Amino acid sequence: MAEFKKQVPRPTPETQHFWDGTKKQQLLLQQCDQCQHTYFPPRPFCPKCASTEVTITQASGKATLYSYVINHRPLPGFDNPHSIAVVELEEGPRMMSNIVGCPQTPEALVLDMALDVTFEALTDDINLAQFQPAEA
Amino acid sequence: MKPNSVAIVGAAETTELGKIPNLSQIQLHADAALNALKDVGLKPSDIDGVATAGEIPTNVAYYLGITPKWVDGTSVGGCSFMLHVRHAAAAINAGLCETVLITHGESGRSRVGVSNTWPRGSSTLPGQFEMPFGVAGPPTMFTIPVLRYMKEYGLTHEQLAMVSVVQREWAAKNPRASFKEPITVDDVLNSKMIAYPFRKLQCCLVTDGGGALILTSAERAKDLPQKPVYINGTGESVETPLISQMEDFTTSKAFRVSGQQAFKESGITHGDVDHLMIYDAFAHLPIYGLEDLGFCDRGGAGEYIANRNTAPGGALPLNTNGGGLSYMHSGMYGMYALQESVRQLRGTAAAQVKDAKVSIAHGVGGMFAASGTIIMSNEKI
Ligand SMILES: [Zn+2]
Repeated sequence: MAEFKKQVPRPTPETQHFWDGTKKQQLLLQQCDQCQHTYFPPRPFCPKCASTEVTITQASGKATLYSYVINHRPLPGFDNPHSIAVVELEEGPRMMSNIVGCPQTPEALVLDMALDVTFEALTDDINLAQFQPAEA
Repeated sequence: MKPNSVAIVGAAETTELGKIPNLSQIQLHADAALNALKDVGLKPSDIDGVATAGEIPTNVAYYLGITPKWVDGTSVGGCSFMLHVRHAAAAINAGLCETVLITHGESGRSRVGVSNTWPRGSSTLPGQFEMPFGVAGPPTMFTIPVLRYMKEYGLTHEQLAMVSVVQREWAAKNPRASFKEPITVDDVLNSKMIAYPFRKLQCCLVTDGGGALILTSAERAKDLPQKPVYINGTGESVETPLISQMEDFTTSKAFRVSGQQAFKESGITHGDVDHLMIYDAFAHLPIYGLEDLGFCDRGGAGEYIANRNTAPGGALPLNTNGGGLSYMHSGMYGMYALQESVRQLRGTAAAQVKDAKVSIAHGVGGMFAASGTIIMSNEKI
């Protein structure tokens, strides 16, 4: 395995709006004007029907925990151990994230638990969307 | 492709497997290729088609002194060689070439003559939407779906551990296996935590090695010394480079599409299969594979393995070389699964399945990103 350092996303023309959104603490998705499919990650056409008529929409930030691992191997830029999770957004799409603000244990990380988005500043330009247990 | 019209006539692995710090990656390709040529009694000048992954076909053809009129550099991860077999069979059927060499060589452990491929570029989709969250390679990526599977189907940690236990039993019969010492469920569940719920003994090895295959028409195979292994059915597919975007975390779409296509082409039924190889980079792979290929009902494969159906003496011998968990894993393991299928059908395997006639080698590429399936037989079926 090559040496790994915490990687900073470099936006492309097709994903720039998403990263502009996280910078403003907004989680942006795209919805197809033709078939109403809401999707992620970003691209300028609908992956279901190929329509290029798509609208950027703001997600509620509510999600549930779909699956995860807890990494126990040391990794620069991360506390050890730490979760690597896939969350399912209220709007449907799933995305990779970390679950923060709770112990990184199987007991605290229960599948299908309710989550809320939160943003972590990685650089001046890039915020990562993270998730934490929802307020009861 | 037309079933039984093309055969594997030459097959070999590198002379050594494991730690090979004295050979560069391209030389591992060459070592395997020269062994396979010797196996079938051919020279590089007899080869007119070259397929490979990890290196581009240009590098392999030049290095071996081959002038091909057909090349395939399909590179979709560890199952690329299954796709090469499929493409080669179609090319031979179509008259594009007569005799194809497929090579694999990887200095996975010693990293001699290798260009780094990780981390992924920060502007790619994985680079933007997965890597920043600490996905630092297969142990923290390939493993992510399994908790969802466990919740949906009640698969237990003990059942998942049994995959490693059973494969070690097969490896114990194989002098070339990296790990041969017996292990128990407790050993697995007490081994070092890598990425919960995966422990060290549920993750594949990292070794050096290679393998090569030579294919030609069934007609030409008659004049060659080795018992032909006929290609009966083939399949391939891809799903997504992002594990987070898999359609369903309890089943692989690429596995299903590839497997169904291979069965359809061959016309065989599951009951005809004597021997099975399912690429096991991690312990959950055989479980997904058994279900997605249709050998077990949804959610049933963990129990099927725990009940020793795939163990020595069981009804469906699986990963009889010890698999990526115990035999070897250079990074792109699909070649070794194919090699074991060929050995079983030639009757030369270390842990030989008695009277094996039909074998399937099923591969994964990336992390559930791609798949290839090859159904083979030592008879025209
Ligand atoms: Zn659409």
